[in-house]
Amino acid sequence: MQFKGQTLSVVGSTHHAPIGFRLALIQAAAILNTMAEHPGRPILLLIDTQGQQLRRRDELLGINRAMAHLGLCIDLARRRGHRVLGLVYDQALSGGFITSGLIADACDALPEAEIRVMRIPAMARVTKLSEDLLNELSLSNPVFAPGVENYVAMGGIRKLWQGELAIALSEALAHAPVHDQRAQLGQERGGRLLAAQVIQRVLDAA
Amino acid sequence: MSQNIRLSYAECSARERVSHLLDPGSWHEWLPPSERVSSPHLAQLGVPAAFDDGVVIGRARLAGRPVFIAAQEGEFMGGGVGEVHGAKLVGLLKRARLAPPTERPDAVLLLAESGGVRLHEANAGLIAVSEVMRALLDVRAAGIPVLVLIGGSNGCFGGMGIVARCADHIVMSDLGRLAMSGPEVIEATYGVDEYDSRDRALVWRTSGGKHRWLSGDCDTLVEDDVAAFRRAAIAALDRPKPLDLPSLQAEHQLLSARLKLLPEAKHEIEGDEATLLWSRLGYADAAGDAPPSPEPRSVRWTGENWPRPCSARRTAFKKTATSCAARCSSKARP
Repeated sequence: MQFKGQTLSVVGSTHHAPIGFRLALIQAAAILNTMAEHPGRPILLLIDTQGQQLRRRDELLGINRAMAHLGLCIDLARRRGHRVLGLVYDQALSGGFITSGLIADACDALPEAEIRVMRIPAMARVTKLSEDLLNELSLSNPVFAPGVENYVAMGGIRKLWQGELAIALSEALAHAPVHDQRAQLGQERGGRLLAAQVIQRVLDAA
Repeated sequence: MSQNIRLSYAECSARERVSHLLDPGSWHEWLPPSERVSSPHLAQLGVPAAFDDGVVIGRARLAGRPVFIAAQEGEFMGGGVGEVHGAKLVGLLKRARLAPPTERPDAVLLLAESGGVRLHEANAGLIAVSEVMRALLDVRAAGIPVLVLIGGSNGCFGGMGIVARCADHIVMSDLGRLAMSGPEVIEATYGVDEYDSRDRALVWRTSGGKHRWLSGDCDTLVEDDVAAFRRAAIAALDRPKPLDLPSLQAEHQLLSARLKLLPEAKHEIEGDEATLLWSRLGYADAAGDAPPSPEPRSVRWTGENWPRPCSARRTAFKKTATSCAARCSSKARP
């Protein structure tokens, strides 16, 4: 994709695609190709996924290895000087998100995006806690509830893109951090108060 | 450590593993339970917290070498990663990377036992797992190898299954399991014909240590014995893997080739898929070694993808010891 005279590699998925063994490899191939053929070219990860592919065949083949491979490719691209920016433009769920946007230099989202690990009814079933309790808590505690604002508050999403998308992309690329600032952001924004503090305590422990 | 008594790794707690795996008397824990670093999110849900949030971190010596260790406790929330649990892992990894020469470890050991993201604090857990992943790769980039040991009865699932594959070296027992989604979750989504979670042999053929060793997803397969894990960890200390463009291109070729080994359409497969995959990987007789199939036990879901066993854990695997690990270990991978 050409953007303001600069070429970007765009890697992503559409229509809530589940990330299976094959799709993870396809995405990894695009990242590897960018590293090999176009050193330094920025990479934009466009995220819309229902999460990892829930099939036994994928498990047998080692979907966790394929997803780790994708994550390792993105991480290496960062270390070789590619700016890697994630954008959740529709939906992001757990396994499909962790080795894409969440391992980029930074991950942003559109305001209407949806991010979650699991829906509240399913979460209630798994945790054996009532939906009412989870709904109630989700109003005050961003840790539980689905929602892009909660991920912003916890630092997992750096910012929401408002207004003109081209300007937002331009700014996002220019200001993507090189180091992982998410725990710090979560503390500053009040959505994840303990992560940065506990990390610091481990560093300081006698 | 006695040379004569075999101590089941699966049946040990995280603290027991740490104390038996490492050089006697060398263990020094950071943020021990006395500091009461707990999850603040569980009390609101009426769920008991743990004073270590289910993960033990610190430094020790292994065969005289300085190492950092984290051990996840499967008995607490299935080893699920919450905000504090994840931050302890990130802190340990960050400390390894930033350590002055006097403290710098020769390796970081992750004794993984986890269902993945702890759903009770799902959003924080998901971000935390991704922070662990990045912190782990920072450690590797700093030239410190990361070893993952998997042999607990909860396996290593979800985000932690990905984290494990980001490490330099994986040691598993044949009782260990390494995967993404647990069989119950897949069965609940696509039905029992897709994945029968009660078929223990099928579960182990799909995610167990032997399968992972045959497919090269783990580097060393050992018996369910803490001393065997210790020997394997020592042997892996000085074998860092490169993490560069050629190595990732090679990994890509390997995985692309693997994808072609297994037809996508089920009707093209006669018999068992795992057996077919093994034979195409060059293990014609691998199916002869019956994978362990532990007896079904009562389970409840607490982790992202895998149900944690209830109190039956201590006995669940006692009857499952097989000699398949020994037979596998004697074979060279093609």
